[in-house]
Amino acid sequence: MHIHRLEKVWLAIGIAMLFVFLGVIGISAFALGTQPPSEHHHMIDPTKVKEIAPFDQPGIHQVGRKEYEAVIISFAFGYTTGPKEQPVMKVPAGSTVHFTVTSTDVVHGFEIPGTNVNMMLVPGEVSQVTHTFKEKGEYLILCNEYCGIAHEAMMTKIIVE
Amino acid sequence: MKQGFIRQLDPKDGALVMAHILFAFFALLLGGIAGMLQSVVRGGMYTLPGGIGYYQLLTAHGILMAIVFTTYFIIGFLYSGIARTMGGALLPMTRRLGWAGFALMTGGGLVVLAMILLDKASVLYTFYAPMKAAPQFYFGLAFVVIGSWLSGFGIFYQYRDWRKTHRGKLSPLFGFMAVVTMLLWQIATIGVAIEVIVQLIPWSVGWTETVNVMLSRTLFWYFGHPLVYFWLLPTYICWYVIIPEIIGGKIYSDALARLSFILLLLFSIPVGFHHQLMEPGVSPLWKYIQVVLTFMVVIPSLMTAFSLFATFEQNGRLKGAKGLFGWLKVLPWKDVRFFAPFMGMLAFIPAGAGGIVNASNQMNAVVHNTLWVTGHFHLTVATSVALTFFGITYWLIPVITGRVLTKRVNKLGIIQTVLWLVGMLFMSGSMHTVGLLGSPRRTAYTTYQDHTDAILWMPYHVAMAIGGIILFVALVLMIINVVALLRAPKGETLYPLGKSSAPEEATPRFLERWGVWISLVVLLILFAYTIPVMDMLGPDTYGAPGYKTW
Ligand code: HEM
Ligand SMILES: [Cu+2]
Ligand SMILES: [Cu+2]
Repeated sequence: MHIHRLEKVWLAIGIAMLFVFLGVIGISAFALGTQPPSEHHHMIDPTKVKEIAPFDQPGIHQVGRKEYEAVIISFAFGYTTGPKEQPVMKVPAGSTVHFTVTSTDVVHGFEIPGTNVNMMLVPGEVSQVTHTFKEKGEYLILCNEYCGIAHEAMMTKIIVE
Repeated sequence: MKQGFIRQLDPKDGALVMAHILFAFFALLLGGIAGMLQSVVRGGMYTLPGGIGYYQLLTAHGILMAIVFTTYFIIGFLYSGIARTMGGALLPMTRRLGWAGFALMTGGGLVVLAMILLDKASVLYTFYAPMKAAPQFYFGLAFVVIGSWLSGFGIFYQYRDWRKTHRGKLSPLFGFMAVVTMLLWQIATIGVAIEVIVQLIPWSVGWTETVNVMLSRTLFWYFGHPLVYFWLLPTYICWYVIIPEIIGGKIYSDALARLSFILLLLFSIPVGFHHQLMEPGVSPLWKYIQVVLTFMVVIPSLMTAFSLFATFEQNGRLKGAKGLFGWLKVLPWKDVRFFAPFMGMLAFIPAGAGGIVNASNQMNAVVHNTLWVTGHFHLTVATSVALTFFGITYWLIPVITGRVLTKRVNKLGIIQTVLWLVGMLFMSGSMHTVGLLGSPRRTAYTTYQDHTDAILWMPYHVAMAIGGIILFVALVLMIINVVALLRAPKGETLYPLGKSSAPEEATPRFLERWGVWISLVVLLILFAYTIPVMDMLGPDTYGAPGYKTW
């Protein structure tokens, strides 16, 4: 098969760039740990979520200096982010929050616009993502996977003060 | 001098091809109405009347556009080409398989559409479990898939017969590419067929109580990614085989064209996880492996880009064009059969770049499930692929009916193309931008309780709606052009098949060793999926019961 000299050059440059690119993605994923939410962190019976730890106590819990765990249950069409007495999540600016979220019914999404927080919530699986909120504000948390008739209303907030 | 109809296809074959093409445009029209309404709803300019749901419309739009318009057009186009290049007419058996496929797909498709209209299946075209549609919806889908298999068998049958009667000869390039396209389709649809027939039908009927959600998503995306290559390969057939003839040039290299098709076949299936990067249940290692495999399609894509521009340049030089860009001047810009597909090629440059962003592990977190993604595939499938299919229509219908493309329709075609591009610039451009800002896809009008972020998205949604309206006007013009083509003056239109510039002996025969290629595809699939799927089937996974949440 005859391949023109220019085409060989073109392909060689293209393929070299491709491998550099894949190297960068690979290194940042495995050496620097910028991973998408993955793995079976733990699996959970989607019909019994509310009885199983940590989801029996949803809400935001301090786990260290400026470090919090947010345990959230999603359902059509909302998120449970705390007990009745304190349903709204609040953290001081500069806090690192570990979100631990699952779904009790269909597939939902979990996105905080303006950040890299973006993951799927699949019934039967627990999704986790971590984010440090440097700036104050009322961050919108929205469902970005179609989940039913009122999907566009499915949202909550985290307040950073 | 009065001319009669001079048909380039046997009328019986023409009828089969025409049935597919016209059905495709019928779906495009219905889908376009839905698309335009979606864009004005999201722009906050319109509220749907009479209890029509936004997600009901979106389900219809996704299925009509992504499944019906594309699949029907592709099968029609491929059948026309194999009839023309492999024997001059379809074999009776091929024709029967083609009609049987058409009947099954159409029957199944109408059931699916009825379920959507009855609001019993507002599950979008991805029908993610555990959202549960009426059983008829899944049965309808199964018929569509099985029908398309019959159409594929027809193409394989014609090809096998040609090989048998032309021993030792190289198969026609169009025929070879049609076989690769349908092979890709058959292997890819096995995934969705298993999902629908083994998982979803028994569950929706009530024979099983729960469904393995991760497995169903994985089976879906095992199919969902090659689906986009199923749209792209016929587009490439036009670019590789048809366009050289239309511009009065030659195919750059028969061998490289075949090689790039084989590479696309190999690397478009074992890669579905790049649609699941943001979900739990799959380990980062397997996600990364599939990302690497995904990026291998960069190689045949670069080859394709090189070949196409080499064809243009070679052709320019033969016609005396000088300088680095002289070849641009001698291209037939005023011929819609060239202009529309060429604009599709140009759109593919930003579209491909966007695809690289989507498939990159980390950058995907920024764009996943935002309108960026919707903007992306309106460039790929709704511009590159759609404009190429429109370009094909301007000669394919006259070829079948024994008529000619008039100057007037040609001109309307150019206007149509420009309008489509302008509409897309607005719609896809604002989808990309507002997607980067975080606005989610698949979401009806909302300002999230007037949250400041969401309010800032609104101007882009309005621009999106303006684009949507322009696109719809362009779409209606396309339908008008199709009708005009059906009533064009009698005459003869040649089937524009390019000839290779290199002698045919240069094409190595191993490219037609199907056993080898299919085995390689199977090995790659087993490599990429066995361990993660075993993991999903593990003993401690939980099934989910079904819900109707709309
Ligand atoms: C008149 C032209 C068109 C308009 C105005 C239009 C408009 C839209 C809009 C506004 C959406 C996004 C809705 C949302 O995410 O909330 C959408 C989704 C979509 N469009 Fe189009 N579109 C057009 C043509 C096409 C064509 C030609 C194709 C494919 C051949 C196509 C395929 C799709 C697909 C697959 C989706 C995704 C559906 C989903 O998320 O479930 N569209 N379209
Ligand atoms: Cu939702
Ligand atoms: Cu893909």
